[in-house]
Amino acid sequence: MLRVEKVSKSFDGFVAVSQVSMTVKEGEIASLIGTNGAGKTTLFNLITGHLRSDEGEIYFKDRRITHLRPYHIVRLGIGRSFQRLNIFPRLTVFENVQAAVISYKKETLSFLRPRERLFEGETQRILDEVGLTAVRNEISGSLSYGYQKQLEFGIALAFEPELLLLDEPTAGLSAVGTSHAMELIVNVIKTRGTTLLVIEHDMHVVFSISDHIIVLHGGRVISDGTPEQVRTDPEVQKSYLGESL
Amino acid sequence: MLKGLKMKNKELLFGIGLFIVFALIPVIGSKYTIYFSTQLLFTILFATSLNLLVGHAGLFSFGHVGFYAIGAYAFTILYKTYGVPFGVSFVAGPLLAAVAAVIFGYFCIRLTKIYFTFLTLAFAQIIWAITFKWTPVTGGDSGIVGVTPPSFLIPLNNTYFLTLGVVAVLIYVMYRIAHSPFGLMLNVIRENPNRAEFIGVNVRLYQLIIFTISGFFAGFAGVLFVLLTRSIFPDVLLVTRSIDVVAMVIVGGMYNFWGPMIGAVVLLYLNSFVKVYTEYWLLVLGIILAVVVLFFPDGISGIFPWISARFKRLMARFKPRKGELSA
Repeated sequence: MLRVEKVSKSFDGFVAVSQVSMTVKEGEIASLIGTNGAGKTTLFNLITGHLRSDEGEIYFKDRRITHLRPYHIVRLGIGRSFQRLNIFPRLTVFENVQAAVISYKKETLSFLRPRERLFEGETQRILDEVGLTAVRNEISGSLSYGYQKQLEFGIALAFEPELLLLDEPTAGLSAVGTSHAMELIVNVIKTRGTTLLVIEHDMHVVFSISDHIIVLHGGRVISDGTPEQVRTDPEVQKSYLGESL
Repeated sequence: MLKGLKMKNKELLFGIGLFIVFALIPVIGSKYTIYFSTQLLFTILFATSLNLLVGHAGLFSFGHVGFYAIGAYAFTILYKTYGVPFGVSFVAGPLLAAVAAVIFGYFCIRLTKIYFTFLTLAFAQIIWAITFKWTPVTGGDSGIVGVTPPSFLIPLNNTYFLTLGVVAVLIYVMYRIAHSPFGLMLNVIRENPNRAEFIGVNVRLYQLIIFTISGFFAGFAGVLFVLLTRSIFPDVLLVTRSIDVVAMVIVGGMYNFWGPMIGAVVLLYLNSFVKVYTEYWLLVLGIILAVVVLFFPDGISGIFPWISARFKRLMARFKPRKGELSA
């Protein structure tokens, strides 16, 4: 479904991503792991068009998406959530998700149509899925961190993405919060049949949910395989997992 | 009784009520009141059009007065200099302002924040320089005077009712735009332009569209200005004019559709009142702006929602909520 071929990206001489190649197959849960500064978020930014690669190509369903703008890529079926909270804080929870649904339905250039109840059913279904119905009319910026994380996930779902990229969805959550968040995410993507590529630091979470793990270190892929293959890879043990597991 | 009404209906009632109050002014007011209210009406239109950019799309323009002036000059030159029929000139002025907005907007939206603001200001200054120096067409420093409207608009009352009708229709159109799916996309861009791209919004395209639309409405305000004053001068493009209208938006509240209207009413009345006693209006305006920015960042229209939100948040502390992830 997603194919990254020899992609590189540097910032003022600092090589953030170097000759990275990887694939994500349809229907699988893939995890991208690595130490801080390994280039995981940069790679997400390259895939979703937020950054332009210096070299290499990215394909989604065999279509070349290298150098397309984010608004174009999201319409092809790649959704994304962010490491830092990235919502629309002055809008209500309902409006946050409704805006994404309206955009997905290509109704954004309706200038005089009332929007109040537009796609209310579709929006409500997403709010139900991510457990935000109770706070649907609250201003999203005033919600707790946990709710905002759920909202971030809800916004990403509005485009009914075939491939969902989640950047540290449990960051900042307690152990209980992490467990609930992952349960929610896995349930939703299994129900929808969405392919998932996730950046996660909690190794227990990664090894329990992933079909496939890619390990980045210093901007390079040092291992790529099943959880068992990665766990026993000596280079991964040496550079990363030795510290974590 | 009002408690059972939805917000939308309350706003509609507010709008209708306001229209009735304005419609009664010629019946009960003096000639000065009618003149002042006409001025108030096109200023409301101007401030609300600016707020489509500032409050709804998060684009801080200091050059909006440029489109006001283009509308005014285009109407005046077409109607007075070239004898184009009144109705055609009346619509052509705002349309030319919109064309100018497309051109200027194309460059401005490539920049963000302070750079965007200063480029809009620079464009307004370019328009000022053109009106000031292109004497054969614009009359230069002396401007164009003696713009006599068609006979049916000679009585002040008729000019007032035409202004009221045009402003009411345009405000209604702007209200619909602000509450449309397109309006929501503008809010999304204002809140988080990076995230907006990731929900499929072509940010620059939408910014250019709203820049053009608001330029069109500002152009209409300029035409109505000429209809009342029957003249146009480069003075309308002075930086202080830009500050005045931005102040109306901030004082009234940029996050509420009716905010700029409240700001326009408050500041224009205050201006006419203060000027009787002192020539230091800008000092008074500065103090008002400082107080609003420091203590009421959402402006006058934001005071009651702010109190209500604080109260709700306080109450919410005592209520457990279901389904929340614990941080």
